[in-house]
Amino acid sequence: MHFFAPPSVLPDISPTRGEIGSACEGDHSPASGVGENGRDSRSPPKWGRCPAGQRGARRNANLAFLFIVLSLLFLPLTAFAAELPALTGRVVDNAAIIDAATEAALTRKLADFEAKSSDQIVVATINSLDGEEIEPYANRLFRAWKLGQAGEDNGVLLLVANNDRKMRIEVGYGLEGTLTDLHTRLIIENDMVPAFRAGDFSGGIAKAVDDMVMVLEGNPEELEARGERNQQPPFNTDDLFFAIFISIWAIIFFGSIAASILPPIFGRKLGPGRYRWLGMTFEPGRRSSGGWSGSSGGGWSSGSSGGGFSGGGGSSGGGGSSGSW
Amino acid sequence: MLALSSPFVFRNLPALLMMAIVLPLLAGCGYNTIPTAEENAKAAWSQVLNQYQRRADLIPNLVETVKGYAAHEKDTLDAVVEARAKATQVTVTPETLSDPEAVKRFQDSQAGLTSALSRLLAVVENYPDLKANQNFLALQAQLEGTENRIAVARRDYIQAVREYNLTLRTFPSVIWATLWFRDNQPFANFTIEEDKMQTPKVDFGTQQGG
Repeated sequence: MHFFAPPSVLPDISPTRGEIGSACEGDHSPASGVGENGRDSRSPPKWGRCPAGQRGARRNANLAFLFIVLSLLFLPLTAFAAELPALTGRVVDNAAIIDAATEAALTRKLADFEAKSSDQIVVATINSLDGEEIEPYANRLFRAWKLGQAGEDNGVLLLVANNDRKMRIEVGYGLEGTLTDLHTRLIIENDMVPAFRAGDFSGGIAKAVDDMVMVLEGNPEELEARGERNQQPPFNTDDLFFAIFISIWAIIFFGSIAASILPPIFGRKLGPGRYRWLGMTFEPGRRSSGGWSGSSGGGWSSGSSGGGFSGGGGSSGGGGSSGSW
Repeated sequence: MLALSSPFVFRNLPALLMMAIVLPLLAGCGYNTIPTAEENAKAAWSQVLNQYQRRADLIPNLVETVKGYAAHEKDTLDAVVEARAKATQVTVTPETLSDPEAVKRFQDSQAGLTSALSRLLAVVENYPDLKANQNFLALQAQLEGTENRIAVARRDYIQAVREYNLTLRTFPSVIWATLWFRDNQPFANFTIEEDKMQTPKVDFGTQQGG
């Protein structure tokens, strides 16, 4: 966000920046590590037109240099983010190693499981990691897809990188205590690796999903409690009353302010202190009975997901484990 | 008085009123960016400490388990215990995050523990009985998971500090920094070189990292 400030506005505030700038010189932020290779771009001729003289031009160039360095730092992140596959369903089989029947069965099973427990399990297969380690890739993918419910972080991502012959089960924060690192490792070693070595990807993945569900169901009270917490009732009366209550008070508070301020700006002037706006006559100066347009606007969002499958807003801190075959 | 009641001022009065309402709101938006970014960075640091602590808590168990099978690898085991003691002594509170020296000391002590641990795990490769031990397998899975959590927490911290330092140096928020947040110093970050080596590689005993 701060990035889009054009460099040309910076010289105006550079005198006030002085003390902060000097305090910053000594630290070891990532920007200072990349410093050497950009030094020669310091004095392109166009900076010379700066009226602040030699010193100002130098500082100007330094700031521009800082911007370049920072934007270079952000480049790899955005480049990485572009290559993540899209979340097209509960089974994202981009490597095409799961057969159709298994995929349908998995999707149904995972949907049923989410309906019961609110835990989101997603199976993803990709062809290649493009040289990245599977752990950071899985974490990025997990966070990009926001698996698990917001606040609960109860998502699980089973990722298979076909060409790299690696797999990982990434567990969201909220499930780390139930589906522990050891569980995921045993599932990988005992279910997936033998099947994958035999070329039976569908079978290995189906078995791994079965076992993950089994482990997560192993604590039934906690499972049911989580399911109930995250049920989205179609119509929550509490929320509705609250919304109405808030809108009435908002209209009372802000309506009169708006009625006195907005008509003079947007309305047509009829006489001293009288304005016509939205088909009504406003007299802000007087204690008027003049109505205001009572559109409380916006309303509340439904919060329900229509049709397609999407992540619930969960996050992962790198739980789970990886393996290879 | 005459000038004030002139229609020009009267017509502009509502606009002036609106500005009086809107300007503080705008100020509020910009004012909050620096404290928000600072608290985010501090929270990310707490998470880093949390995960390093988790690793330190696993080590006594690991050492005991390995001792049962490989008692004569005393040097390697002692090195791990020593490195753990050293690492738990060096702490960085959120208040000293802006001190690059303190952060560097912390980073070095944890890196020492990482390399001692990876030497231990390399030694373990020579003991098939130990590798088959269920307790050891569990510890190893937890340790690997923790190393990965540390890597994630460090990445998050690097990102949070980058955002915080940016608010102190870039245009809209630098105004607030000079006006109100003069005491706020940029936080020291992990060095990029070290962050590239995230997890200890079991195969190469001397590799440094995390």
